[in-house]
Amino acid sequence: MAGILAAHRAPVFAQANTVHILRWNDFVPAADKVLREVFAPEVQKALGIKLNVETVNANDIPARATSSIQSGNGPDIIMLLNNYPHLYSSAAVDVSAIADEVGKAQGGIYDANAQLNRVGGKWVSMPWSVVPALIVYRKSWFDEVGAKTFPKTWQEYHEVGKKLKAAKRPIGQTLGNTFGDAPTFTYPFLWSYGGQEVDAKGKVVIDSKGTVDSVRFMAQFWKDAHDEGGLAWDDSNNNRAFLSGDISASLNGASIYVAALNGADKFKTEKGAPLHTDCLHAPLPAGPSGAHAYHTAFNHMVMKYSKNAKGAIEFLRWAHRKENYEKWFTVQKGFAVGPTKSWEDHAMWKQDPVMAPFRTAPQAQKRLMGYAGQPNQKAAEAWNKYIVTVMYAQACSGKMKPEESVKWAAGELGKIYTGT
Amino acid sequence: MSEAIAVTGRRERVSRLTRLLESEKVLAVALLLPGVVILITFIAYPFVMALWFSLTSIRVGDAGQYVGLANFTKAIDDTIFQQAFKNTVFYTFWATIFKLALGMWLALLLNRHFRFKRIVRASMLLPFIIPTVLSAFAWRWMFDPTFSVMNWALYHGGMITDRLPFLSSGDWAMWCAVVVNTWRGMPFFAITLLAGLQTISPDLHEAAALDGANAWNRFWHVTWPLLLPVTLVVVVFSVIQTFSDFQLIYVLTGGGPANSTHLIATYAYQIGVGSGLLGEGAALSLFMFPVLFAVVWVQLRYLKRMENA
Repeated sequence: MAGILAAHRAPVFAQANTVHILRWNDFVPAADKVLREVFAPEVQKALGIKLNVETVNANDIPARATSSIQSGNGPDIIMLLNNYPHLYSSAAVDVSAIADEVGKAQGGIYDANAQLNRVGGKWVSMPWSVVPALIVYRKSWFDEVGAKTFPKTWQEYHEVGKKLKAAKRPIGQTLGNTFGDAPTFTYPFLWSYGGQEVDAKGKVVIDSKGTVDSVRFMAQFWKDAHDEGGLAWDDSNNNRAFLSGDISASLNGASIYVAALNGADKFKTEKGAPLHTDCLHAPLPAGPSGAHAYHTAFNHMVMKYSKNAKGAIEFLRWAHRKENYEKWFTVQKGFAVGPTKSWEDHAMWKQDPVMAPFRTAPQAQKRLMGYAGQPNQKAAEAWNKYIVTVMYAQACSGKMKPEESVKWAAGELGKIYTGT
Repeated sequence: MSEAIAVTGRRERVSRLTRLLESEKVLAVALLLPGVVILITFIAYPFVMALWFSLTSIRVGDAGQYVGLANFTKAIDDTIFQQAFKNTVFYTFWATIFKLALGMWLALLLNRHFRFKRIVRASMLLPFIIPTVLSAFAWRWMFDPTFSVMNWALYHGGMITDRLPFLSSGDWAMWCAVVVNTWRGMPFFAITLLAGLQTISPDLHEAAALDGANAWNRFWHVTWPLLLPVTLVVVVFSVIQTFSDFQLIYVLTGGGPANSTHLIATYAYQIGVGSGLLGEGAALSLFMFPVLFAVVWVQLRYLKRMENA
């Protein structure tokens, strides 16, 4: 006390520079380990930031974001999927400076990811990674039914799938109310038949011949070729079913393959070979209107309520530096790819040819939810209500005829887009 | 001297307080106050806020503006909500019926004397004690479309040739939810009804038996009327809990397949919290209020009439 009085100034305490980041439980657990065991000590050393990494189920993140924003208290950075940044844009700190820096230094941010993270001309969140969705399939089982290469069209896939299901090796696909594999399957499927939610002016146009054809086709395809339990699957069911040899193919990030690779002693084919040696990846087949894809975007939003937004921004800037990001990127083994084009040239891609289709997959993403309009709040609401997925699920389960289900979807989208 | 004055002052204050508390009105207020404060803070305030939210276009991060009953009319016109409302009524009705019937049967069994009676009674509460999220996860595994242990047993026992669609068919999934809710809630019925049964004098049963009443008549004319007040209270509690259930469906089905198992609470959560449309979510959840209010009002009125009879 005497010292303080003598110095005529208040004591200096160490500033608490903690950054709390909320992310999903990564399907590649080694990546979360990198954040906790590599990033945390290194960023503490480099910037004096104490990194607090919290992970939850991806389906639970919107609830945490909503409660944090409304209460004005919570993580400094929240990882948001897809176009959620549009939903929470009013609660975001502008991160345009980092996006510009990273984009310039790393070959440019993919266009789709820019659309998902830019609202009103500014970056409300920073794209972190993209998880491409490709079909993982059992090469030997496809060979056995005469498919030496992966089917190029839905019609061909249907024919192959029929034979596979007859051999008790169905295709496995979720049509449940779940965030990842269901919409990343149903949206591109809709587009490949010429269907779309709205036109460029936001008028609902889903009730079209293309959509009805797609739903009709899917209902038959489902019955003939799929494990019909997929109606109740979440994003993890297909992983378990594929790894246990119950299904022959599934649209997935590379988490199935990565798990088979990491558990080579555990996951075997019926002949005793490591399962990963019988896995290949292929893009979704084409319909009458071409082939499409949707790859899940993972973005980081610095929250406006944060008392350490400056620290959070500094952490993101540090994390995106090539030498730091690379540590996280390489353990993903291609499950998640970088948000910028320069990561396509990384040496990691030369290690495993099975993962090669993931390298440039984000380039194939030309459409987003809410196509041909913007991936805005309305598109996010439709996505969250699983309207497109449910449209297919209703027809596949026999709950509605294809035409009825399309009309239902048009009605629901109409309420969102025009309030009628 | 000053110490004596202080002691006298303290005594006066104590006696004044004692006199004050001797007044029934003051004592009642003092005793009720903590409860009222808790009720206002944790029940009334959120309820009033929900009411206000439901009348505005509030969405996450945006205070919105007053929109009158627009959120309610949108909900009424929403086919997913219509389905969720029907599901909630179906789920509550059947789960309550099963819980009451099985709970009564169990209570009657547990009211008998047998070995290890106390252990059995205590273990009965297990489903009620285990956190719902945990038990719902366990049931989800048992109903898993691919790895269901029940499907496995039935298939290998030669009783089925195709997997049963426990959670992949809308109708099946709804009944599965009813089964899990019944499993979880039945012990509450059983233990409460058991407590009620133990207040019934055995003399009444003996007298009825002497008059020639068989087991069914003794139950119907002696046990049931005396147990009715307890039963009604249990049913009211159960209806409230089941009608507003969230955890079980959220974990078991997530509202799927194709929205077939959404309840009002899970759908309101999806809209309000998942999509950030807080005003619409609040309006959806408030649809529970008049239904539950009517149930409670009718049953409490019935109870009052019985008490006066």
